[in-house]
Amino acid sequence: MNLPSLTLLGQSLLSGIFIGALYGLLGLGLSLSWGMLRQINLAHFALAFLGAYLTYQLASAGMDPLATLLVILPCFFAFGVALHWVFARFSISPFNSLLVTFGVTVIIESLIQWIWTADYRRLESHYGEMKFRIGTLFVPFPELLTLLVAIALSLATWAALRYTDLGKALRAAAEDAPIAAAFGVNERALALLLSGLAAAFAGVAGACLALSYTLAPSQIYAWVGVVFAAVMIGGLGNPIGPLVAGIVIGVSEALTMALTAPAWAPLVSFSLLIVVLLARPRKF
Amino acid sequence: MRIPAPAWIAVVGLALATVPYFKLPAFYESFMYLIFHWVVLATSWNILSGYSGYFSFGHGAFFGIGMYTTATLAGKFDVPFLWTLLAAAAVAALIGAALGWVVFRVPKLRGELFALITLAVTFVIGTIILNTPIDGGPGIYLNSVPLPAIMPTPSGTFYFLALVTAIATVSIAYAIHRAKLGTGLFAIHDDEDVAEVMGVPTFGYKLAAFAISCALAGIAGGIQAMFVSYVTMGDTFSIVVPLNVVLMSVLGGTRHWFGPAVGATAITALLYGFTAGDFAVAGRAAIGLILIVAILFLPEGLLGRFGRRRPQRSPSQPGVAAGLAATPAAPPKAEPGARTLLEVHGLSKAFKGVQALDGVGLEVRPGEILGLVGPNGSGKSTLINVVSGHYRADQGRIVFQGRELGGVEAHRIAHAGIARTYQIPRPFAHLSVIQNVALPARFGRAALDSAAATREARFWLEFTGLAAKADALPEDLNLHERKFLELARALASRPSLLLLDEVLSGLTPSEIDGAIRTIRAIRDRGATIVFVEHVMRAVMELTDRIVVLNYGRVIAEGSPTEVMRRPEVVTAYLGKPHA
Repeated sequence: MNLPSLTLLGQSLLSGIFIGALYGLLGLGLSLSWGMLRQINLAHFALAFLGAYLTYQLASAGMDPLATLLVILPCFFAFGVALHWVFARFSISPFNSLLVTFGVTVIIESLIQWIWTADYRRLESHYGEMKFRIGTLFVPFPELLTLLVAIALSLATWAALRYTDLGKALRAAAEDAPIAAAFGVNERALALLLSGLAAAFAGVAGACLALSYTLAPSQIYAWVGVVFAAVMIGGLGNPIGPLVAGIVIGVSEALTMALTAPAWAPLVSFSLLIVVLLARPRKF
Repeated sequence: MRIPAPAWIAVVGLALATVPYFKLPAFYESFMYLIFHWVVLATSWNILSGYSGYFSFGHGAFFGIGMYTTATLAGKFDVPFLWTLLAAAAVAALIGAALGWVVFRVPKLRGELFALITLAVTFVIGTIILNTPIDGGPGIYLNSVPLPAIMPTPSGTFYFLALVTAIATVSIAYAIHRAKLGTGLFAIHDDEDVAEVMGVPTFGYKLAAFAISCALAGIAGGIQAMFVSYVTMGDTFSIVVPLNVVLMSVLGGTRHWFGPAVGATAITALLYGFTAGDFAVAGRAAIGLILIVAILFLPEGLLGRFGRRRPQRSPSQPGVAAGLAATPAAPPKAEPGARTLLEVHGLSKAFKGVQALDGVGLEVRPGEILGLVGPNGSGKSTLINVVSGHYRADQGRIVFQGRELGGVEAHRIAHAGIARTYQIPRPFAHLSVIQNVALPARFGRAALDSAAATREARFWLEFTGLAAKADALPEDLNLHERKFLELARALASRPSLLLLDEVLSGLTPSEIDGAIRTIRAIRDRGATIVFVEHVMRAVMELTDRIVVLNYGRVIAEGSPTEVMRRPEVVTAYLGKPHA
């Protein structure tokens, strides 16, 4: 077997970290709503893509791509709140939440396809032009930004859950909602807040997607498997886990692609997921 | 007059089989082909996932395995097409069974985790096929494979093949629904642990259902490979197949054998209608909306209301309650020759450092009521859980009627003649009260057939005073009635040893009086009982002998009045006197 050069290995390691950061960013909201609200939000991916398309649209109209978040995040927050309100109103089981949000996914996908067609769209922005060189390695700015945002959001969420009163109340409500309510925690309001935040995180992930990737409605499903793997491996409801697991998966995929054929990459994440599910199921 | 379902299936199938002879435009046959195709996939998925609640997202994998088996055998090795369908079924069933063999052994892999792992397996199999010579990347063409001329036209032949498969699949789903296998799967759906303890071989049943489900999906894949005549990985191992079959089955109703077929027909027709009218995007959105509305407002599906099997209403026999002694349903008398029925030696069980049982040894003699008492957390319920096979002991031996039971699966312990009740009643939520009681009669030691099990269940409902509630669902019962439902379920298997775990807790004093009378009646019929209880009045009145547990050890044993006066027993309950 021919070993690729060190530069090539370093570059694929780096791209693995970057794509892993996006896995982690997409997984953060998913993990929170799954682990703490028992709602498996498949629509998280569609929402991220809707966010990406909105960033694309607004940026094409002249806005700064990052400034578009000021518009997108409040709308997404409201959507997340509404989604959980419906789930609570109909007391949806975790499994049925998966089915309902699949319905939402299909609707959003159709909406995207109707507005922006099934063609590939690519956001051209000045961020895309910004590139660094570290030694022989090439670092694109949008990807670096994604990594930084993913680290910042994960750490901030972790700290908020651990140290603030609101975060402690959220964790108590996730552990046992009726008991938390009996101790004066307004668990319904908290659940709505958390669901809104998770949806807003999808918006952030969407902006990062738009900066780094070419968009197509069918791409929504391409991320589902890998990000679910990152969420499961990272531990449900753990705000740091998806990022760490995402980077582990991203790097192992990138190395697999560098050392064997690119088409072997999915084997890594899904085999990891299967092993994790079989070996330590009691954690969930 | 009611026409039985098999007759309906046969009549509809024969009528549809004549369609190719009308020489309709090929368009109609292809459209019908698609409907049958999805009927097969959705109905076969439902056999495991709908009946037992193990929602698989891996149905695409077995469909794909079928496609590639046919494509490889017919396309590369010139095996006749129809033979490849058998191979497709066999390979899909084999790989499904292998997967189930691993996955079904991990007790926590249920619900969404099972869905995820089956989805992951889909992508893993897809990736392997793509990167090995099975596909290799460019896909497989089947244009040159000869299609047998079963019908006048090729589209007629595909129509006919899909029709036969659909009829077969629906018939199999119907047969399983009616059979013991179906009853067991529905029990697994509601509470797998209880099903196992009542004698349902859960592992084997899940494996059988999975293999059947995969085989049928494999056949559908094999036919589809020939129909599209070009097989690629990307179109096959996608998330589309599992999502569609879940959607169709949930819409139609997963508890009904015919639900998925209804859902598949509706969705396929809808999709086709939209594609034909150039509204494909709107069609997809409509399907998304239908799914949401269906889950929110029709969570049991279109056929959900009729899905619950009504037990045959046999007229209640007034003589039964009066003539208890005359009934055939009595638990067998223990053989008087045997000195002990159950022996436990040095039994230990720890949970994460808590030693729940610490070298417990005791024996149960035929025909007695043995009281098992002790403070909360002393290991009484753990002992019952270990003896009934729910937990495996870390150490020690359990010998029942001379037979070693340590490490034996719970359903075999049930077959051997041990039945138990749960302290907090755990009825099968979607089965009626009488179905709840008939289940252990069918699966437990008695192993009765369906009709006899229902008769047996009716008898025990009369015995426990629940006859009026026979057709109610467990959620309609109050705590007192649920406790008696637990009792009736345990009795219906005709056990030789009955483990009663706090059947009296939470009952009012007058209800306790009634229960004591009932338990005495059970004993008078010859049953041996281990009676775990905190209500000391009942313990003193009922038991012949008691064993006192504390911190997982036996601290006293003997006649009730004598033992309860011993200082160490008083200390265990009340603490040391400081005087």
